[in-house]
Amino acid sequence: MKRSSVWAWVTFIVGASYFFIPLIATLEFSLRMRRGEYSFDAYRIVFGDDRFQATFSFSVIIAVFTILLGVLVVVPTAYWIRLRMPHLRPIVEFITLLPLIIPAIVIVFGYIRMYGSNSPLPFLATTWGTNALLTIGYATLALPYMYRAVDTGLRTIDVRTLTEAAQILGAGWATIITRIILPNVLIAVLSGAFLTFAIVIGEFTMASLLNRPAFGPYLQNIGANRAYEPAALAIIAFAITWGCMSVIQFLARFAPRSANRPN
Amino acid sequence: MRLPLHWLGVAPFFIFALMFLILPTTYLVLGAFQNDQGGFTLDNIYALTQPSILAAYWISIRISLASALLGALAGFAIALAIVRGGLPNWVRSATMTFSGVASNFAGVPLAFAFLATLGRLGLVTVLMRALGVDIYNDLGFNILSFWGLTLTYLYFQIPLMVVIITPAIDGLKKEWSEAAATLGATNFQYWRMVAIPVLWPSFLGTVILLFANAFGAIATAYALTGSSLNIVPILLYAQIRGDVLHNPHLGYALAFGMIFVTGLANVFYIWFRTRSERWLK
Amino acid sequence: MAESFLSIRNVKKSFGAATVVQDFNLDVGRGEFVSFLGPSGCGKTTVLRMVAGFEEPSAGRISIGGQDVTRLKPNQRNIGMVFQAYALFPNLTVAQNIAFGLRVAGVGKAETDKRVAEMLDLIKLPEYGSRYPYQLSGGQQQRVALARALAPKPKVLLLDEPLSALDAKVRVSLRDEIRAIQRNLGITTIFVTHDQEEALSISDRIVVMYNGRAEQLGTPFEIYNRPATKFVANFVGTLNVLEGTVADPAAGTVRVNDGEVVLKGKLNGARPGETLSLALRPEAISLGRQPGRDASLGGRISEVSFLGSVIRVKVGLGSNSVSLDTFNNPASPPPVVGEQAEISFSSVDVLVLHD
Repeated sequence: MKRSSVWAWVTFIVGASYFFIPLIATLEFSLRMRRGEYSFDAYRIVFGDDRFQATFSFSVIIAVFTILLGVLVVVPTAYWIRLRMPHLRPIVEFITLLPLIIPAIVIVFGYIRMYGSNSPLPFLATTWGTNALLTIGYATLALPYMYRAVDTGLRTIDVRTLTEAAQILGAGWATIITRIILPNVLIAVLSGAFLTFAIVIGEFTMASLLNRPAFGPYLQNIGANRAYEPAALAIIAFAITWGCMSVIQFLARFAPRSANRPN
Repeated sequence: MRLPLHWLGVAPFFIFALMFLILPTTYLVLGAFQNDQGGFTLDNIYALTQPSILAAYWISIRISLASALLGALAGFAIALAIVRGGLPNWVRSATMTFSGVASNFAGVPLAFAFLATLGRLGLVTVLMRALGVDIYNDLGFNILSFWGLTLTYLYFQIPLMVVIITPAIDGLKKEWSEAAATLGATNFQYWRMVAIPVLWPSFLGTVILLFANAFGAIATAYALTGSSLNIVPILLYAQIRGDVLHNPHLGYALAFGMIFVTGLANVFYIWFRTRSERWLK
Repeated sequence: MAESFLSIRNVKKSFGAATVVQDFNLDVGRGEFVSFLGPSGCGKTTVLRMVAGFEEPSAGRISIGGQDVTRLKPNQRNIGMVFQAYALFPNLTVAQNIAFGLRVAGVGKAETDKRVAEMLDLIKLPEYGSRYPYQLSGGQQQRVALARALAPKPKVLLLDEPLSALDAKVRVSLRDEIRAIQRNLGITTIFVTHDQEEALSISDRIVVMYNGRAEQLGTPFEIYNRPATKFVANFVGTLNVLEGTVADPAAGTVRVNDGEVVLKGKLNGARPGETLSLALRPEAISLGRQPGRDASLGGRISEVSFLGSVIRVKVGLGSNSVSLDTFNNPASPPPVVGEQAEISFSSVDVLVLHD
């Protein structure tokens, strides 16, 4: 073994221990519910819990709407910026990065004050309005990731040439977006979607402050009141995140390699 | 009528950003400088200097800075090991995949995992006790403390650094180190004079991102410590839920303070970048 | 040749089972400019990298100025190297790039500044010291890279395809400039290229490499006019190859399509009926019968390309075809495709290539 790879192995192994020990510990803890033997009791209780099913379904539905909203806001913009208004790119990129700088708790605080029951736009006056506001908040949180994913996707396909080619063949805007652009950035959009899903599914702050029965607040509640179930839930949450990232990696294999450019 | 049509394509985005990102934030910032009658005042900002709030900011900044710097250094070392360490290919791809997962594994479940590991009944705590070391009583460790929270935050900070900095290390051209070698430079001189200056902007940018990431995080800390650890996001959370400060405008000031700190970090970064911008295209 | 300054003795290099360089020998005189010419994968870059110290020879010895450097690290060899992709340090200005080698050697500031100014003058970019690499064109960057390599006064200069990334015009002017600077400083230089025109125009001597071995070592004149192997003949310059059949070895007659040429004394050991390849440079062939040319063949003009001062004509001779160059003459129109034509050449110019 070369001298250079010794420190690399040491670094890697120390890092791997830091990341694997908590996972092993959590798994072990989650199996310890029954005294004296390992069992899946904690998981059985979690999956059998009505509130688990209700809050998880709620968060899944919110996540789906968040993804739809994100796609609607991001795709036309990213496309239009690439095609017609490249001078706006710095502004748009700056805005999409803002949610990384402004903490989620501040954003949702703003919502609560601006869109209360007595405001001109009383989102918070109804349950549906609050759900919509939660979806909007999540779309904001996911904005940096969604925009990056879609913009990267658009960069590889040379939007301008494709659009001009379609126009020469007589295609209208609706056709261009739905038949040409979307299929070509579908992989990128899906990657952004699964990342959004991973972020949104267990989100705590916004859901809790907007008082919605989402998965995140449920997790927190269980954590405060139970011993073994939280460990089981942590393993489940890790598995969900892992699943989302695996799908993204899997999708990346089908991403269009830029066909019309040398690199 | 061409121009308005042009703008129609980006209008939904700008309306969305204005309504749900910029205006709500501005609303809070303005509120921080108003009194109950709507007049201008600096009282709310001044009120942030009361010891309990100042202490909250101080511990928040310390935790964020510590987890950002340690996360950045550890992440950098791991990225360096997988890119330049001569490790087999599977190590690199496995590390990248895992980092993608772990950087998104934050919030409440992360707190559970660390409680199960380093809590009073956690596996590591129990094992260490079996070996004769009580990390709580002998070493003074506490998962609900500064170091406990920092150690927990590193679980998403390190992988985030790995994900961001690996492409930057890949960007170091092999010819640079070869050119330096033929010019008589040692490996250390190459790193000091070329590689580190080239990587520095990406490194610093990521540190800032990690800092903001930790500074705004609340779910992990809240699930880990309830409200026993006095950090800013938890204080703000309590204020939003129940006006614990008994002054809504002080809540605005608290939010403004958070934006101010993360904003300041970014201003520092932008200032630094423009300084080194001379060689950045 | 002068006494050997850079000497490469029985050098071999294998990566696992694959042998990339086999038994390579070369002596380069002080101040000499030697090119390694060959297609990609021929081992030329590997030899260069062994001289630089980036690869360790599996066997053999390399010495510079009498000192064995085979096991020395690159930073102990005192060599200068220029890379295809410039490889300037992006965070340093032009002046700092040039000063790099002096700085790491601990040379004082005054001396460094003086040397940097000298180098900037040498590459004719005296005003560019404070610029950053991204503000320069490719040609300028490569000149800076050359200055950076030369600043610490290396014993040997290694150029690894330094012109390949540049566009055609810059390539020619920088080529001449590199040669002028090299002559001026009298520095021993190895230049790696896959471009035969480049190698021919710039070198004192050329090593043509193929499949990890040196096919031929010689001056550009020798390499071009007396290629030692079929590979060299084909790789260097444009070559017309006519397939012929030996008619009478003693008389030296070879049948080519319907015609016959006489090659006195060139068919040593050939048997009647054997097929041969006859190779001719385009400039050795004339259109029509010319005085002093003792061989001729009839054919039909198949292509005419007007290249400015030169007109390149392709003549079909049955299953063979040859290219030849005629000078443009404003007074007479160029040949027309489809016309009958006769080509002539001197039998002494014919290279007989055995397979």
